[in-house]
Amino acid sequence: MKTRDEIAQALGKAGYVADSELATAISLMQLLRRPLLLEGEAGVGKTEVAKALAAVYATELIRLQCYEGLDQSAALYEWNYQHQLLSIQAHHGTDADAIEDRIFSEKYLLERPLLAAIRRDKPPVLLIDEIDRADDEFEAFLLELLSDFQVSIPEFGTIKATSIPHVVLTSNGTRELSDALRRRCLYHYVDYPDVERETRIIMARIDGAEASLSLQIARMVESIRKEELRKVPGVAETLDWAAALVGLDVKDLHDAPETVHETLMCLLKTQEDRARMTREVSARLLGRVA
Amino acid sequence: MSCCGASPDIDDINELSRLVSSKLAAFLRTLRDNGFAVGLAESRDAAVIMTEGYAARPGLLRSAFKHLLSARKTDWDKFDGIFDAFWLGKRVRSRSVTSGAAKAANNPSLKNLPSHSAQPRADGNTAIDQVPSADGAGNDRSGKGRMEGASAAENLAETDFRNLADPEQIAQAHLAAARLARAMRTRLTRRNLARRRGYRIDLRRTIHGNISHGGVAIRLVNRQRKQKALRLVVLLDASGSMSMYTGLFLRFIHGVLDEFREAEAFLFHTRLAHVSDAMKERDASRALDRLSIMAQGAGGGTRIGESLQTFNRWHAARVIHSRTCVMIVSDGYETGDVALLDREMAALGRRCRRIVWLNPMMGWQGYAPEARGIKAALPYVDLYAPANTLASLTALEPYLARL
Repeated sequence: MKTRDEIAQALGKAGYVADSELATAISLMQLLRRPLLLEGEAGVGKTEVAKALAAVYATELIRLQCYEGLDQSAALYEWNYQHQLLSIQAHHGTDADAIEDRIFSEKYLLERPLLAAIRRDKPPVLLIDEIDRADDEFEAFLLELLSDFQVSIPEFGTIKATSIPHVVLTSNGTRELSDALRRRCLYHYVDYPDVERETRIIMARIDGAEASLSLQIARMVESIRKEELRKVPGVAETLDWAAALVGLDVKDLHDAPETVHETLMCLLKTQEDRARMTREVSARLLGRVA
Repeated sequence: MSCCGASPDIDDINELSRLVSSKLAAFLRTLRDNGFAVGLAESRDAAVIMTEGYAARPGLLRSAFKHLLSARKTDWDKFDGIFDAFWLGKRVRSRSVTSGAAKAANNPSLKNLPSHSAQPRADGNTAIDQVPSADGAGNDRSGKGRMEGASAAENLAETDFRNLADPEQIAQAHLAAARLARAMRTRLTRRNLARRRGYRIDLRRTIHGNISHGGVAIRLVNRQRKQKALRLVVLLDASGSMSMYTGLFLRFIHGVLDEFREAEAFLFHTRLAHVSDAMKERDASRALDRLSIMAQGAGGGTRIGESLQTFNRWHAARVIHSRTCVMIVSDGYETGDVALLDREMAALGRRCRRIVWLNPMMGWQGYAPEARGIKAALPYVDLYAPANTLASLTALEPYLARL
């Protein structure tokens, strides 16, 4: 078992600046073999956790993006009907059993993310993104898969997992998840990072971002988050903004208040918020940034 | 946790582990009492965590347990307080931290909220809670006149909701809700049919379905949009000025939660409380019992704007989908910021399909919508109707069914 410090360090190397709580969660994932459920506002870096985790384990990241109406055939497996039909016609006249054996073999099985995740030699990281967008029925099905790690295909037999994937689920809270799924998982709430951590995130992710500028950006974003906004900017927005400022060759926010105001579009994504953030407001917020 | 003296013998260790595990069991019981969903599998894993070296430091153990045992944001927020209280004995202080630090807006129960200091009227009149007095409009600006509601609301906090649980009245309220649910559902089915015509063909499934015909597409498979049942979200104003009607609507809500496939209920006065779980108790008197616990300690007037803000911020994303009808039951006397109410109504209107505003006051003769709250909210409301008795609720049926 890796210690938490090692995990935090490894995540850092993979470009994700983790707090100690998240490192604990990941060490527990290894210990208890439970999936990790990440909740939090949009744009706080939930998906990034899974990406960084895949980098840490040096393994493949298999991603299943959930949406309304997602079903087994899109998530687990499907037969390749067109090929099956072609095969039937090409071998017309041969023994029926032989054809059946042929068309229900591996070759005609289309692997979807969930099946792929349990059939790898090396345990991959399975990211089930935005599980709250999927339907209740799918959630129940997923629960079964996550406890047994085996899939039965009627024409083919049962496929047992060759390796147990590291499962990360994310949710934006657009729908209440079932208690059963919640209980099955370790829970971690991803909050907006504090100034210190956000500064480190900017420096880790944006080439050419100086420490002083990163700190200013993080402070500015923090005070913007405290304003009454419809859509609070997430970490992804902060990084966009930082990249814009670095790209425009800004070294100190106070030197370029005009540029700061004009590039705020990276952070504010609705017309209402944009209108609320007038020049006066942005100047006032900038004034508070030391 | 194993911190006794040098070289303990086996019996000591057994004794120690027995003590630790009983303490752990007690902790899990405490969590269950606080609404955590903790099962046997969690107990086992908690024991594993303790033996795997996570118990070396309290902070580490707390963090590990927190991930394992909490299941939602509210659990996550209150876990540290409970842990500290139980294991570190910081009972009193962390209790107050739990109630204070858990973001109040996020806290679904009202019972932890500090009671709002209600200001009784200076002239000592008993508060008259329903009718806008003639000078009401003049008092608006000072805000003092509105505090009539405040003292009355305190009365409500002491009102025992159990008195409302008259079996016959409950049955009637359920009947009304059931009829409403049926009316709104029938409408849905008709829409279903209309939509089924002329939708796209699902090519993959057509091929799949016709393999038995050698791949000749004989039976076509159409793609249909998945239907969602209509969801009704009721926001009930439980402030003093509404106290005459609270009982009626609570019974109605209990019926709605029972009859509708999907429904949520919220109660607000100065704060918003999510009461669906408490109200979903099959036994109406027990539901009202749980509710009276939740409503205690809340006082003051009606802050509709603030309550809506809480709703939009913390609950809307979860409870509102594209086929949601929001029903606000309130007299519209706003003691808070009317501009805020205006903004939040606009936000709510953008989000949901229909907003119905039921106003018990409208049943009164000569009533005109002059309360500040109503004036601000009306532009965003799709149906504004009176409702002060069960009969008037039933009369609404055809209008609600059309939504």
